Amino acid sequence: MKTTTLTKIMAAACAMTFAVGLTACGSDTPAPPPPPSSDAPPATSTGNTGSSAMGAWDKNGDGIIVVGFAQTGSESGWRTANTQSFKDYFIPANGFDLKFGDANGDDATQKAQVRDFISQGAEVIVIQPLSNDGWEPVLKEAKDAGIPVINSDRRLQGLDQYYEFFFGSDMRGEGDRAVAWLEGYIAANNLSNSDIKIIHLQGQMGSDAQAGRTEGLEAGVQKNGWTILKQQTGEFARDKGQAAMAAILSSVQPTDFTVVWGENDDMVYGAIDAMTAVGLDPKDYIVISFDGNKSAVQMVKDGIIDAIAECNPLLGEQVGKLILRASQGEKIPSPTFSQEEVIDSTNVDAKLPIAFGS
Amino acid sequence: MPSALSRVVKSRLFFALVCLGLVLALDVVVFAITNQQNFFKIELSPANTLTGPLMQILYWAPELVILAMGMTLVASCSAGADISVGSVMVLSGAVGIKILGGNNIENFKVEEYAVPLVLAFGAFIAVGALCGVWNGFLVAKLKVQPMVATLILFIGARAAAKVVTGGTILRVEPKSFRWLGNYITDSEGNNIFPVPTQVFVAIVVVAATALVLRFTALGTNIQSVGINAKASKIMGIRSDRTIWLAFVFCGVCAGIAGIIMTSKISSIDSQWGARMIELDAILAVALGGNSLAGGKFSLAGSVVGAITIQALKTGLLTAGVRAEQMPFYQAIVVVIIVIIQSPELRPMASRTLARMRKFSGKKVVKS
Repeated sequence: MKTTTLTKIMAAACAMTFAVGLTACGSDTPAPPPPPSSDAPPATSTGNTGSSAMGAWDKNGDGIIVVGFAQTGSESGWRTANTQSFKDYFIPANGFDLKFGDANGDDATQKAQVRDFISQGAEVIVIQPLSNDGWEPVLKEAKDAGIPVINSDRRLQGLDQYYEFFFGSDMRGEGDRAVAWLEGYIAANNLSNSDIKIIHLQGQMGSDAQAGRTEGLEAGVQKNGWTILKQQTGEFARDKGQAAMAAILSSVQPTDFTVVWGENDDMVYGAIDAMTAVGLDPKDYIVISFDGNKSAVQMVKDGIIDAIAECNPLLGEQVGKLILRASQGEKIPSPTFSQEEVIDSTNVDAKLPIAFGS
Repeated sequence: MPSALSRVVKSRLFFALVCLGLVLALDVVVFAITNQQNFFKIELSPANTLTGPLMQILYWAPELVILAMGMTLVASCSAGADISVGSVMVLSGAVGIKILGGNNIENFKVEEYAVPLVLAFGAFIAVGALCGVWNGFLVAKLKVQPMVATLILFIGARAAAKVVTGGTILRVEPKSFRWLGNYITDSEGNNIFPVPTQVFVAIVVVAATALVLRFTALGTNIQSVGINAKASKIMGIRSDRTIWLAFVFCGVCAGIAGIIMTSKISSIDSQWGARMIELDAILAVALGGNSLAGGKFSLAGSVVGAITIQALKTGLLTAGVRAEQMPFYQAIVVVIIVIIQSPELRPMASRTLARMRKFSGKKVVKS
């Protein structure tokens, strides 16, 4: 428990330092716009002052909730897809009007944008913060103005009293799901836990995605008596993943390992390049990836990658629906995590058409 | 014989080679301890590729070798450095792949070429050259300090690349795109030749640079401009034009390195691609025994310097050193190398050598 807290603090600290370059999932490709939601609430106003079909958060009762959305910037494809999902869902047909703030990687800009939202009469503010620092005065202003705040994507530490709920991906959960998948695979194929020797390619050290996914794996290794043969960071980049894997392969025998665990799709592409370059067939190994870009999901279909723990950037619709429920008076637990699954041969046909990115 | 020996010992190249030797020796020892294996083992893999730590140095070094060529000339004539090369690599990759894909880019992927591959590679180099023209204009014509002048594209070119790609990773599907940064394959995807193609690209670039500098006055002009721009001008050398040309050449090198980088991973990653490579390129020039204050230069030294850096990186990586801790170990080794190469130490070394020779000579006479 102590180490977990420490790791979290460290992860947060590093996230602050490197906030500009980091994405929640370390992936780097955007998604096609999702289809507009079919179960949108009626956008018609009841005409009563102070209440509408949109609930209590629609203060002026016009049937439209004005949402100020403070985005970090557009530093990666994951982020671009994430932005698009908000723009696609927060439309008048769904009962929303979106005020979009792109902080372009600048902390001060982001806070100024939130202040603008307050003065411009936003009814709800969604913040995907760049860093954890200096939010208290801004959040207090929002609270004094009676504007509910939702924290999405990266979590604001120690400021729970200022926002309604946190919503985002559960990085540790993704690691745990991948471990559970591997346990199932071992049972289904009559393998023994002692056969599981893992080459572990980690993401950018200290990022939430790396910390959570690594924690998940290490807990699984401890519980099941697996072995991590080699551990190296590929910094979420394809060439770094390739270099790390190539270096590892020059010091191990092909039979020394059975599993490749890469903490995002790009590093796994690089690892596969390194394996094929020395004549190893990735199909002979258990390859586990994270995120679920379209190319990676295609590789699951082709049998090259065995499983991907999803990390979906399309948070817009889920956030929108949670806002509606909260507006109707429901208490949303905090944190609430994005719905994510493991993609493998059993569900790949359903997942391939809706995969994000390239 | 003694004078020839002392000349060799005094030369910059000799010290660069000594440093490379030291780094390789370090690699061998560390690799033997951590993996109980021979660092120099080279095997032919079932995929028809030569494998082993040494081959990995050759696989990853070419971009740096090519960048070091441009950087050497820039450092020599302008007494500064072009810190924009990494960003320019990324921009050339973004524009090149965008042109290669044309209207065929769907879902951020180039399924089929819209223009011939050669034309797209030409675009990579043209973008690099244009960036060089801009840098050269600022330095040669407006007399902006090289570091400041190239800072503009250091920041701007990567951002421009993100605009071109829309902030995403653009991927290229056809296998032929991978040939220049990997191995050449036949129609079934089997490797035809066991050595990575980028090694030959680097050899061609280095040889072409060396030949042009040797058989034209350019090499001499660059050096004399670097030593004394005013005196060179009085002698009739157009120093501004010489400096400009060096920056254009440096941009061309960045374009070629951009081809190799994108070909290697068959995609352009404008966020993480070629990060900090400009620092390695500058270091390669310095490790090659070249002065960053301008003047005389040695291309061979820069090649050795670039390979030294890659040997250090690859060696540490194969030894299992964590990538995030690597810069620390690199810094230690670089400090040692820089001390060995310092202008104060070099004459000291040759003096010591001379004294030793005199000493042993006397002994012979006495006995």
